[in-house]
Amino acid sequence: MMTVAVKGGTKIWQRRDRNAQLAIWASWLVAIVLFVYCFQLISEKTIWAFVWDAPAQAGDLAARMIPPDWGYIRQLGRPIWDTMNIATLGTVVAIFLAVPVAYCAARNTTPSVTLVRPVALFIIVASRSINSLIWALMLVTIVGPGVLAGIIAIGLRSIGFCAKLLYEAIEEIDEAQVEAVRSTGATGAQVTVFGIVPQVLPAFAGISVFRWDINIRESTVLGLVGAGGIGLELNAAITQLYWTQVSLILLVIIATVIVSEWVSAKVRHAII
Amino acid sequence: MSIAAPAPRHWKKPPLIKRAWLRWAFGLGAALYLALAFGTTEVNWSRVWEGLPRGAQFVSAFFPPDFVKRWDEIVEGISESLWMTVVSTVVGIALSIPVGVGAARNIAPVPVYYFCRAILAVSRSFQEVILAIFFVKLFGFGPFAGAVTLSLATIGFYGKLLAEDIEDMDAAQAEAVRATGASWLQWINFGVQPQVMPRMIGLGLYRLDINFRESAVVGIVGGGGIGATLDTAFERYEFDSAAAILLVIIVIVMLAEYSSGYLRRGLQ
Repeated sequence: MMTVAVKGGTKIWQRRDRNAQLAIWASWLVAIVLFVYCFQLISEKTIWAFVWDAPAQAGDLAARMIPPDWGYIRQLGRPIWDTMNIATLGTVVAIFLAVPVAYCAARNTTPSVTLVRPVALFIIVASRSINSLIWALMLVTIVGPGVLAGIIAIGLRSIGFCAKLLYEAIEEIDEAQVEAVRSTGATGAQVTVFGIVPQVLPAFAGISVFRWDINIRESTVLGLVGAGGIGLELNAAITQLYWTQVSLILLVIIATVIVSEWVSAKVRHAII
Repeated sequence: MSIAAPAPRHWKKPPLIKRAWLRWAFGLGAALYLALAFGTTEVNWSRVWEGLPRGAQFVSAFFPPDFVKRWDEIVEGISESLWMTVVSTVVGIALSIPVGVGAARNIAPVPVYYFCRAILAVSRSFQEVILAIFFVKLFGFGPFAGAVTLSLATIGFYGKLLAEDIEDMDAAQAEAVRATGASWLQWINFGVQPQVMPRMIGLGLYRLDINFRESAVVGIVGGGGIGATLDTAFERYEFDSAAAILLVIIVIVMLAEYSSGYLRRGLQ
Protein backbone atom coordinates (compact mmCIF):
# COMPACT_ATOMS: atom_id res chain seq x y z
CA MET A 1 0.00 0.00 0.00
CA MET A 2 1.24 3.46 -0.78
CA THR A 3 1.66 5.72 2.20
CA VAL A 4 0.15 9.14 1.67
CA ALA A 5 0.14 12.21 3.85
CA VAL A 6 -2.66 14.71 3.46
CA LYS A 7 -1.48 18.28 3.64
CA GLY A 8 -4.00 21.06 2.99
CA GLY A 9 -6.32 18.78 1.03
CA THR A 10 -3.64 17.48 -1.36
CA LYS A 11 -2.18 14.01 -1.11
CA ILE A 12 1.56 13.82 -0.91
CA TRP A 13 3.44 10.60 -1.56
CA GLN A 14 5.64 9.40 1.28
CA ARG A 15 8.16 6.60 1.24
CA ARG A 16 7.31 5.12 4.62
CA ASP A 17 4.54 5.37 7.19
CA ARG A 18 5.16 7.19 10.44
CA ASN A 19 6.19 4.21 12.56
CA ALA A 20 8.73 2.96 10.06
CA GLN A 21 10.12 6.47 9.75
CA LEU A 22 10.43 6.78 13.54
CA ALA A 23 12.13 3.40 13.84
CA ILE A 24 14.67 4.43 11.24
CA TRP A 25 15.28 7.71 13.01
CA ALA A 26 15.78 5.92 16.31
CA SER A 27 18.31 3.50 14.87
CA TRP A 28 20.22 6.36 13.27
CA LEU A 29 20.24 8.16 16.61
CA VAL A 30 21.58 5.10 18.45
CA ALA A 31 24.25 4.55 15.81
CA ILE A 32 25.42 8.16 15.88
CA VAL A 33 25.53 8.29 19.67
CA LEU A 34 27.53 5.05 19.73
CA PHE A 35 29.92 6.36 17.11
CA VAL A 36 30.50 9.68 18.86
CA TYR A 37 31.00 7.93 22.18
CA CYS A 38 33.58 5.54 20.74
CA PHE A 39 35.34 8.32 18.91
CA GLN A 40 35.47 10.33 22.13
CA LEU A 41 37.16 7.43 23.92
CA ILE A 42 39.73 7.02 21.16
CA SER A 43 40.39 10.72 21.05
CA GLU A 44 41.17 10.73 24.78
CA LYS A 45 43.96 8.25 24.08
CA THR A 46 45.34 10.22 21.16
CA ILE A 47 48.04 12.86 21.25
CA TRP A 48 46.46 15.29 18.79
CA ALA A 49 49.67 17.25 18.30
CA PHE A 50 51.12 14.17 16.59
CA VAL A 51 48.04 13.84 14.41
CA TRP A 52 48.17 17.47 13.23
CA ASP A 53 51.85 17.01 12.56
CA ALA A 54 51.19 13.89 10.49
CA PRO A 55 50.94 15.49 7.01
CA ALA A 56 54.35 17.09 7.45
CA GLN A 57 55.71 13.77 8.71
CA ALA A 58 54.17 11.94 5.78
CA GLY A 59 55.79 14.35 3.34
CA ASP A 60 59.12 13.90 5.04
CA LEU A 61 58.80 10.12 4.94
CA ALA A 62 57.81 10.14 1.28
CA ALA A 63 60.83 12.31 0.45
CA ARG A 64 63.08 9.78 2.16
CA MET A 65 61.52 6.83 0.34
CA ILE A 66 62.14 8.20 -3.14
CA PRO A 67 63.86 6.93 -5.17
CA PRO A 68 63.67 3.22 -4.27
CA ASP A 69 67.04 1.52 -3.81
CA TRP A 70 66.88 -0.58 -6.99
CA GLY A 71 70.20 -2.33 -6.36
CA TYR A 72 68.73 -3.94 -3.27
CA ILE A 73 66.41 -6.05 -5.42
CA ARG A 74 69.13 -8.68 -5.86
CA GLN A 75 68.84 -9.53 -2.17
CA LEU A 76 65.06 -9.89 -2.33
CA GLY A 77 64.85 -13.02 -4.50
CA ARG A 78 65.27 -15.43 -1.63
CA PRO A 79 62.76 -13.72 0.73
CA ILE A 80 60.12 -13.63 -2.02
CA TRP A 81 60.70 -17.32 -2.74
CA ASP A 82 60.29 -18.01 0.99
CA THR A 83 57.10 -15.96 1.08
CA MET A 84 55.67 -17.92 -1.84
CA ASN A 85 56.61 -21.19 -0.18
CA ILE A 86 54.95 -20.14 3.07
CA ALA A 87 51.74 -19.29 1.21
CA THR A 88 51.72 -22.37 -1.03
CA LEU A 89 52.81 -25.01 1.46
CA GLY A 90 50.56 -23.44 4.09
CA THR A 91 47.63 -23.71 1.70
CA VAL A 92 48.48 -27.36 0.96
CA VAL A 93 48.59 -28.15 4.69
CA ALA A 94 45.29 -26.34 5.21
CA ILE A 95 43.56 -28.19 2.37
CA PHE A 96 44.56 -31.59 3.74
CA LEU A 97 43.29 -30.70 7.20
CA ALA A 98 40.19 -28.86 5.98
CA VAL A 99 38.74 -31.79 4.02
CA PRO A 100 37.98 -34.03 7.03
CA VAL A 101 36.78 -31.04 9.06
CA ALA A 102 34.41 -29.99 6.28
CA TYR A 103 33.21 -33.58 5.89
CA CYS A 104 32.36 -33.66 9.59
CA ALA A 105 30.77 -30.20 9.54
CA ALA A 106 28.43 -30.70 6.58
CA ARG A 107 24.98 -31.66 7.76
CA ASN A 108 24.53 -34.36 5.11
CA THR A 109 27.86 -36.17 5.54
CA THR A 110 28.71 -35.74 9.21
CA PRO A 111 28.95 -38.96 11.23
CA SER A 112 26.97 -37.40 14.07
CA VAL A 113 24.99 -34.16 14.08
CA THR A 114 24.93 -33.85 17.85
CA LEU A 115 28.53 -34.81 18.69
CA VAL A 116 30.95 -34.38 15.79
CA ARG A 117 29.36 -31.44 13.98
CA PRO A 118 29.64 -28.89 16.84
CA VAL A 119 33.31 -29.83 17.34
CA ALA A 120 34.02 -29.33 13.63
CA LEU A 121 32.16 -26.01 13.65
CA PHE A 122 34.13 -24.86 16.66
CA ILE A 123 37.41 -25.74 14.91
CA ILE A 124 36.24 -23.67 11.94
CA VAL A 125 35.30 -20.63 14.03
CA ALA A 126 38.43 -20.78 16.18
CA SER A 127 40.68 -20.99 13.15
CA ARG A 128 38.85 -18.17 11.37
CA SER A 129 38.72 -15.78 14.29
CA ILE A 130 42.47 -15.78 14.94
CA ASN A 131 44.52 -13.95 12.36
CA SER A 132 47.55 -15.66 10.82
CA LEU A 133 49.81 -13.03 12.37
CA ILE A 134 48.64 -14.06 15.83
CA TRP A 135 49.09 -17.73 14.98
CA ALA A 136 52.59 -16.81 13.80
CA LEU A 137 53.29 -14.91 17.01
CA MET A 138 52.39 -18.04 18.96
CA LEU A 139 54.29 -20.43 16.72
CA VAL A 140 57.46 -18.35 16.71
CA THR A 141 57.67 -18.76 20.47
CA ILE A 142 57.01 -22.48 20.10
CA VAL A 143 58.89 -23.74 17.01
CA GLY A 144 61.30 -20.83 16.74
CA PRO A 145 61.59 -18.10 14.12
CA GLY A 146 61.65 -19.13 10.47
CA VAL A 147 59.68 -20.37 7.52
CA LEU A 148 58.20 -23.38 9.34
CA ALA A 149 56.34 -21.17 11.83
CA GLY A 150 54.95 -19.21 8.89
CA ILE A 151 53.79 -22.33 7.05
CA ILE A 152 52.00 -23.69 10.11
CA ALA A 153 50.47 -20.29 10.89
CA ILE A 154 49.08 -19.92 7.36
CA GLY A 155 47.88 -23.52 7.47
CA LEU A 156 46.05 -23.13 10.77
CA ARG A 157 44.44 -19.87 9.71
CA SER A 158 43.27 -21.28 6.39
CA ILE A 159 41.65 -24.45 7.73
CA GLY A 160 38.60 -22.55 8.91
CA PHE A 161 38.16 -20.61 5.68
CA CYS A 162 38.58 -23.64 3.39
CA ALA A 163 36.50 -25.92 5.59
CA LYS A 164 33.67 -23.39 5.85
CA LEU A 165 33.36 -22.87 2.10
CA LEU A 166 33.82 -26.56 1.42
CA TYR A 167 31.18 -27.72 3.87
CA GLU A 168 28.74 -25.22 2.40
CA ALA A 169 29.51 -26.70 -1.02
CA ILE A 170 28.94 -30.21 0.32
CA GLU A 171 25.61 -29.21 1.81
CA GLU A 172 24.46 -27.87 -1.55
CA ILE A 173 25.15 -31.03 -3.57
CA ASP A 174 22.47 -32.80 -5.56
CA GLU A 175 21.23 -35.65 -3.34
CA ALA A 176 19.76 -37.51 -6.32
CA GLN A 177 23.23 -38.32 -7.64
CA VAL A 178 24.32 -39.63 -4.25
CA GLU A 179 21.13 -41.67 -4.08
CA ALA A 180 21.82 -43.11 -7.55
CA VAL A 181 25.31 -44.25 -6.56
CA ARG A 182 24.00 -45.71 -3.32
CA SER A 183 21.30 -47.68 -5.15
CA THR A 184 23.97 -49.55 -7.13
CA GLY A 185 24.99 -51.14 -3.83
CA ALA A 186 28.05 -48.97 -3.27
CA THR A 187 29.69 -48.89 0.14
CA GLY A 188 29.92 -45.71 2.20
CA ALA A 189 33.42 -44.95 0.91
CA GLN A 190 32.34 -45.57 -2.69
CA VAL A 191 29.33 -43.30 -2.26
CA THR A 192 31.68 -40.54 -1.06
CA VAL A 193 34.20 -41.04 -3.86
CA PHE A 194 31.73 -41.42 -6.76
CA GLY A 195 28.68 -39.53 -5.47
CA ILE A 196 29.97 -36.58 -3.46
CA VAL A 197 33.56 -35.87 -4.49
CA PRO A 198 32.88 -35.23 -8.21
CA GLN A 199 30.18 -32.73 -7.28
CA VAL A 200 32.34 -30.63 -4.98
CA LEU A 201 35.67 -31.00 -6.80
CA PRO A 202 35.38 -27.81 -8.91
CA ALA A 203 34.30 -25.78 -5.87
CA PHE A 204 37.14 -27.32 -3.92
CA ALA A 205 39.75 -26.35 -6.52
CA GLY A 206 38.32 -22.84 -6.70
CA ILE A 207 38.42 -22.44 -2.92
CA SER A 208 42.03 -23.62 -2.77
CA VAL A 209 43.22 -21.16 -5.39
CA PHE A 210 41.23 -18.33 -3.83
CA ARG A 211 42.76 -19.03 -0.44
CA TRP A 212 46.23 -19.32 -1.96
CA ASP A 213 45.81 -15.81 -3.32
CA ILE A 214 44.79 -14.47 0.11
CA ASN A 215 47.67 -16.36 1.71
CA ILE A 216 50.26 -14.71 -0.56
CA ARG A 217 48.98 -11.39 0.76
CA GLU A 218 49.08 -12.53 4.37
CA SER A 219 52.45 -14.22 4.20
CA THR A 220 54.10 -10.96 3.15
CA VAL A 221 53.66 -9.64 6.69
CA LEU A 222 54.36 -12.75 8.76
CA GLY A 223 58.04 -11.82 8.88
CA LEU A 224 57.19 -8.86 11.13
CA VAL A 225 56.86 -11.28 14.03
CA GLY A 226 59.77 -13.43 12.85
CA ALA A 227 58.01 -16.06 10.76
CA GLY A 228 60.14 -15.73 7.62
CA GLY A 229 59.61 -14.32 4.17
CA ILE A 230 59.80 -10.77 2.86
CA GLY A 231 58.28 -9.35 6.04
CA LEU A 232 61.60 -10.03 7.79
CA GLU A 233 63.38 -7.76 5.30
CA LEU A 234 60.66 -5.14 5.66
CA ASN A 235 60.97 -5.18 9.42
CA ALA A 236 64.76 -4.96 9.25
CA ALA A 237 64.64 -2.08 6.76
CA ILE A 238 62.11 -0.16 8.87
CA THR A 239 63.98 -0.60 12.14
CA GLN A 240 67.25 0.47 10.47
CA LEU A 241 65.46 3.42 8.80
CA TYR A 242 66.57 2.39 5.28
CA TRP A 243 63.53 4.03 3.72
CA THR A 244 64.70 3.58 0.13
CA GLN A 245 64.80 -0.17 0.76
CA VAL A 246 61.37 -0.01 2.40
CA SER A 247 59.83 1.56 -0.69
CA LEU A 248 61.41 -1.09 -2.93
CA ILE A 249 60.06 -3.88 -0.70
CA LEU A 250 56.59 -2.32 -0.83
CA LEU A 251 56.76 -2.21 -4.64
CA VAL A 252 57.84 -5.86 -4.75
CA ILE A 253 54.96 -6.80 -2.44
CA ILE A 254 52.43 -4.98 -4.63
CA ALA A 255 53.81 -6.68 -7.73
CA THR A 256 53.62 -10.12 -6.09
CA VAL A 257 50.07 -9.51 -4.91
CA ILE A 258 48.94 -8.33 -8.34
CA VAL A 259 50.52 -11.34 -10.08
CA SER A 260 48.99 -13.81 -7.63
CA GLU A 261 45.59 -12.15 -8.00
CA TRP A 262 45.86 -12.43 -11.78
CA VAL A 263 46.89 -16.11 -11.61
CA SER A 264 44.08 -16.91 -9.20
CA ALA A 265 41.48 -15.12 -11.32
CA LYS A 266 42.69 -16.98 -14.45
CA VAL A 267 42.61 -20.38 -12.78
CA ARG A 268 39.21 -19.83 -11.20
CA HIS A 269 37.87 -18.63 -14.51
CA ALA A 270 39.17 -21.82 -16.18
CA ILE A 271 37.57 -24.06 -13.54
CA ILE A 272 34.17 -22.48 -13.11
CA MET B 1 32.99 -70.05 -35.44
CA SER B 2 34.09 -68.74 -32.17
CA ILE B 3 32.56 -65.88 -30.36
CA ALA B 4 34.99 -63.10 -29.68
CA ALA B 5 35.35 -62.47 -25.99
CA PRO B 6 33.72 -59.20 -25.07
CA ALA B 7 36.24 -56.45 -24.64
CA PRO B 8 36.84 -55.84 -20.98
CA ARG B 9 34.89 -52.76 -20.04
CA HIS B 10 36.22 -50.46 -17.43
CA TRP B 11 34.58 -47.25 -16.43
CA LYS B 12 36.81 -44.47 -15.18
CA LYS B 13 35.80 -41.27 -13.49
CA PRO B 14 36.20 -38.27 -15.78
CA PRO B 15 39.15 -36.21 -14.53
CA LEU B 16 38.82 -32.59 -13.36
CA ILE B 17 41.21 -31.34 -16.06
CA LYS B 18 40.08 -32.82 -19.36
CA ARG B 19 43.15 -32.22 -21.52
CA ALA B 20 45.65 -34.99 -20.75
CA TRP B 21 48.79 -32.98 -21.50
CA LEU B 22 47.62 -30.14 -19.27
CA ARG B 23 46.86 -32.60 -16.49
CA TRP B 24 50.33 -34.13 -16.76
CA ALA B 25 52.04 -30.76 -17.02
CA PHE B 26 50.16 -29.60 -13.98
CA GLY B 27 51.09 -32.70 -11.96
CA LEU B 28 54.74 -32.55 -13.01
CA GLY B 29 54.94 -28.84 -12.29
CA ALA B 30 53.43 -29.36 -8.84
CA ALA B 31 55.86 -32.19 -8.06
CA LEU B 32 58.83 -30.14 -9.26
CA TYR B 33 57.71 -27.13 -7.25
CA LEU B 34 57.20 -29.17 -4.07
CA ALA B 35 60.64 -30.77 -4.43
CA LEU B 36 62.24 -27.35 -4.88
CA ALA B 37 60.26 -25.81 -2.04
CA PHE B 38 61.10 -28.56 0.42
CA GLY B 39 64.71 -28.59 -0.76
CA THR B 40 65.23 -24.90 -0.10
CA THR B 41 63.18 -24.46 3.05
CA GLU B 42 65.48 -24.23 6.00
CA VAL B 43 64.06 -25.69 9.17
CA ASN B 44 66.03 -25.78 12.37
CA TRP B 45 64.72 -29.10 13.66
CA SER B 46 66.68 -29.00 16.90
CA ARG B 47 65.03 -25.68 17.72
CA VAL B 48 61.64 -27.16 16.89
CA TRP B 49 62.42 -30.10 19.16
CA GLU B 50 63.40 -27.73 21.96
CA GLY B 51 60.20 -25.78 21.51
CA LEU B 52 57.86 -28.74 21.79
CA PRO B 53 57.68 -28.72 25.61
CA ARG B 54 56.87 -25.02 25.35
CA GLY B 55 54.11 -25.86 22.90
CA ALA B 56 52.76 -28.44 25.33
CA GLN B 57 52.91 -25.80 28.04
CA PHE B 58 50.94 -23.46 25.83
CA VAL B 59 48.28 -26.05 25.09
CA SER B 60 48.00 -26.95 28.76
CA ALA B 61 47.59 -23.24 29.57
CA PHE B 62 44.14 -23.49 27.99
CA PHE B 63 43.09 -25.83 30.84
CA PRO B 64 42.29 -23.58 32.62
CA PRO B 65 43.13 -20.19 31.07
CA ASP B 66 43.95 -17.41 33.52
CA PHE B 67 41.36 -14.67 33.16
CA VAL B 68 42.12 -13.15 36.57
CA LYS B 69 45.75 -12.06 36.61
CA ARG B 70 45.59 -9.69 33.63
CA TRP B 71 41.85 -9.06 33.69
CA ASP B 72 42.16 -5.24 33.77
CA GLU B 73 44.50 -5.21 30.79
CA ILE B 74 42.24 -7.61 28.90
CA VAL B 75 39.17 -5.45 29.50
CA GLU B 76 41.04 -2.33 28.45
CA GLY B 77 42.41 -3.99 25.32
CA ILE B 78 39.07 -5.46 24.29
CA SER B 79 37.19 -2.21 24.82
CA GLU B 80 39.80 -0.31 22.82
CA SER B 81 39.40 -2.88 20.05
CA LEU B 82 35.63 -2.45 20.13
CA TRP B 83 35.84 1.35 19.87
CA MET B 84 38.24 1.02 16.97
CA THR B 85 35.91 -1.45 15.30
CA VAL B 86 32.87 0.84 15.55
CA VAL B 87 34.64 4.04 14.54
CA SER B 88 36.57 2.50 11.65
CA THR B 89 33.52 0.69 10.26
CA VAL B 90 31.40 3.85 10.33
CA VAL B 91 34.10 6.12 8.90
CA GLY B 92 35.20 3.51 6.37
CA ILE B 93 31.70 2.91 5.06
CA ALA B 94 30.91 6.63 4.97
CA LEU B 95 34.02 7.26 2.88
CA SER B 96 33.54 4.22 0.69
CA ILE B 97 30.05 5.27 -0.47
CA PRO B 98 31.25 8.12 -2.73
CA VAL B 99 34.20 6.01 -3.89
CA GLY B 100 31.97 3.01 -4.57
CA VAL B 101 29.39 5.07 -6.45
CA GLY B 102 32.19 6.61 -8.48
CA ALA B 103 33.67 3.22 -9.26
CA ALA B 104 30.46 1.82 -10.76
CA ARG B 105 30.84 1.90 -14.53
CA ASN B 106 27.13 2.27 -15.28
CA ILE B 107 26.56 5.48 -13.32
CA ALA B 108 29.94 7.25 -13.20
CA PRO B 109 31.68 9.20 -15.96
CA VAL B 110 34.86 7.56 -17.24
CA PRO B 111 37.53 9.76 -15.56
CA VAL B 112 35.77 9.47 -12.20
CA TYR B 113 35.47 5.73 -12.75
CA TYR B 114 39.21 5.26 -13.26
CA PHE B 115 40.09 7.56 -10.38
CA CYS B 116 37.86 5.70 -7.92
CA ARG B 117 39.00 2.30 -9.19
CA ALA B 118 42.59 3.41 -8.57
CA ILE B 119 41.74 4.39 -4.98
CA LEU B 120 40.16 0.98 -4.43
CA ALA B 121 43.10 -0.90 -5.95
CA VAL B 122 45.64 0.94 -3.81
CA SER B 123 43.75 0.55 -0.56
CA ARG B 124 43.21 -3.16 -1.24
CA SER B 125 46.74 -4.11 -2.21
CA PHE B 126 48.35 -3.43 1.16
CA GLN B 127 47.90 -5.61 4.17
CA GLU B 128 46.34 -3.90 7.19
CA VAL B 129 49.51 -4.53 9.16
CA ILE B 130 51.76 -2.71 6.72
CA LEU B 131 49.40 0.27 6.68
CA ALA B 132 49.31 0.16 10.47
CA ILE B 133 53.11 0.38 10.70
CA PHE B 134 53.08 3.60 8.72
CA PHE B 135 50.11 5.11 10.51
CA VAL B 136 51.69 4.36 13.87
CA LYS B 137 54.78 6.21 12.64
CA LEU B 138 52.63 9.16 11.56
CA PHE B 139 50.01 9.40 14.31
CA GLY B 140 51.87 7.88 17.25
CA PHE B 141 51.02 4.73 19.19
CA GLY B 142 47.44 4.08 20.19
CA PRO B 143 43.98 3.30 18.86
CA PHE B 144 43.81 6.33 16.54
CA ALA B 145 46.41 4.85 14.20
CA GLY B 146 44.59 1.52 14.30
CA ALA B 147 41.24 3.14 13.56
CA VAL B 148 42.68 5.01 10.55
CA THR B 149 44.21 1.76 9.25
CA LEU B 150 40.97 -0.17 9.53
CA SER B 151 38.96 2.67 7.96
CA LEU B 152 41.24 2.64 4.95
CA ALA B 153 41.04 -1.13 4.63
CA THR B 154 37.25 -0.86 4.89
CA ILE B 155 37.15 1.56 1.93
CA GLY B 156 38.92 -0.95 -0.30
CA PHE B 157 36.63 -3.81 0.68
CA TYR B 158 33.29 -2.06 0.92
CA GLY B 159 33.80 0.33 -1.99
CA LYS B 160 34.65 -2.50 -4.36
CA LEU B 161 31.64 -4.59 -3.37
CA LEU B 162 29.33 -1.56 -3.51
CA ALA B 163 30.58 -0.71 -7.00
CA GLU B 164 30.04 -4.28 -8.18
CA ASP B 165 26.58 -4.34 -6.67
CA ILE B 166 25.61 -1.10 -8.40
CA GLU B 167 26.92 -2.47 -11.70
CA ASP B 168 24.69 -5.53 -11.25
CA MET B 169 21.53 -3.56 -10.47
CA ASP B 170 18.38 -3.49 -12.58
CA ALA B 171 18.79 -0.50 -14.90
CA ALA B 172 15.06 -0.31 -15.64
CA GLN B 173 14.16 0.78 -12.12
CA ALA B 174 16.78 3.52 -12.11
CA GLU B 175 15.58 4.59 -15.56
CA ALA B 176 12.01 4.82 -14.29
CA VAL B 177 13.02 7.16 -11.48
CA ARG B 178 15.02 9.27 -13.90
CA ALA B 179 11.99 9.49 -16.22
CA THR B 180 10.02 11.29 -13.49
CA GLY B 181 12.46 14.17 -13.79
CA ALA B 182 14.38 13.39 -10.63
CA SER B 183 17.62 15.24 -9.89
CA TRP B 184 20.89 13.26 -9.72
CA LEU B 185 20.73 12.93 -5.93
CA GLN B 186 17.08 11.87 -6.04
CA TRP B 187 17.94 9.39 -8.74
CA ILE B 188 20.69 7.81 -6.58
CA ASN B 189 18.48 7.94 -3.48
CA PHE B 190 15.31 6.44 -4.98
CA GLY B 191 16.55 4.53 -8.02
CA VAL B 192 19.88 3.04 -6.99
CA GLN B 193 20.07 2.95 -3.22
CA PRO B 194 16.98 0.78 -2.52
CA GLN B 195 18.33 -1.85 -4.90
CA VAL B 196 21.72 -2.22 -3.22
CA MET B 197 20.69 -1.49 0.37
CA PRO B 198 19.81 -4.97 1.72
CA ARG B 199 23.05 -6.52 0.54
CA MET B 200 25.07 -3.53 1.66
CA ILE B 201 23.69 -3.67 5.20
CA GLY B 202 24.68 -7.32 5.36
CA LEU B 203 28.16 -6.54 4.07
CA GLY B 204 28.47 -3.69 6.58
CA LEU B 205 27.80 -6.12 9.41
CA TYR B 206 30.29 -8.55 7.90
CA ARG B 207 32.90 -5.81 7.70
CA LEU B 208 32.24 -4.94 11.36
CA ASP B 209 33.12 -8.53 12.11
CA ILE B 210 36.31 -8.39 10.01
CA ASN B 211 37.37 -5.10 11.57
CA PHE B 212 37.14 -6.58 15.03
CA ARG B 213 39.32 -9.50 13.99
CA GLU B 214 41.83 -7.22 12.31
CA SER B 215 41.87 -4.89 15.31
CA ALA B 216 43.55 -7.72 17.18
CA VAL B 217 46.38 -7.60 14.66
CA VAL B 218 47.09 -3.90 14.28
CA GLY B 219 47.85 -3.85 18.01
CA ILE B 220 50.91 -6.03 17.43
CA VAL B 221 52.62 -3.20 15.58
CA GLY B 222 51.44 -0.51 18.01
CA GLY B 223 47.98 0.33 16.73
CA GLY B 224 46.20 -0.13 20.07
CA GLY B 225 43.56 -2.67 21.04
CA ILE B 226 43.69 -6.24 22.22
CA GLY B 227 46.64 -7.09 19.95
CA ALA B 228 49.00 -5.06 22.12
CA THR B 229 47.83 -6.93 25.22
CA LEU B 230 48.26 -10.25 23.45
CA ASP B 231 51.73 -9.36 22.22
CA THR B 232 52.79 -8.43 25.77
CA ALA B 233 51.40 -11.68 27.12
CA PHE B 234 53.46 -13.67 24.60
CA GLU B 235 56.59 -11.69 25.28
CA ARG B 236 56.31 -12.44 28.98
CA TYR B 237 55.61 -16.13 28.19
CA GLU B 238 52.35 -15.76 30.15
CA PHE B 239 50.63 -18.45 28.11
CA ASP B 240 47.68 -18.75 30.48
CA SER B 241 46.80 -15.07 30.01
CA ALA B 242 47.39 -15.35 26.26
CA ALA B 243 45.01 -18.33 26.19
CA ALA B 244 42.41 -16.26 28.04
CA ILE B 245 42.76 -13.41 25.51
CA LEU B 246 42.44 -15.78 22.57
CA LEU B 247 39.30 -17.32 24.06
CA VAL B 248 37.79 -13.86 24.60
CA ILE B 249 38.51 -12.99 20.95
CA ILE B 250 36.98 -16.25 19.73
CA VAL B 251 33.85 -15.76 21.83
CA ILE B 252 33.34 -12.19 20.64
CA VAL B 253 33.85 -13.19 17.01
CA MET B 254 31.37 -16.04 17.41
CA LEU B 255 28.81 -13.72 19.01
CA ALA B 256 29.32 -11.15 16.25
CA GLU B 257 28.98 -13.80 13.57
CA TYR B 258 25.77 -15.28 14.97
CA SER B 259 24.13 -11.94 15.72
CA SER B 260 25.04 -10.51 12.32
CA GLY B 261 23.71 -13.64 10.65
CA TYR B 262 20.49 -13.26 12.63
CA LEU B 263 20.21 -9.55 11.78
CA ARG B 264 20.85 -10.19 8.10
CA ARG B 265 18.11 -12.81 7.95
CA GLY B 266 15.78 -10.33 9.63
CA LEU B 267 16.61 -7.58 7.14
CA GLN B 268 16.30 -9.55 3.93
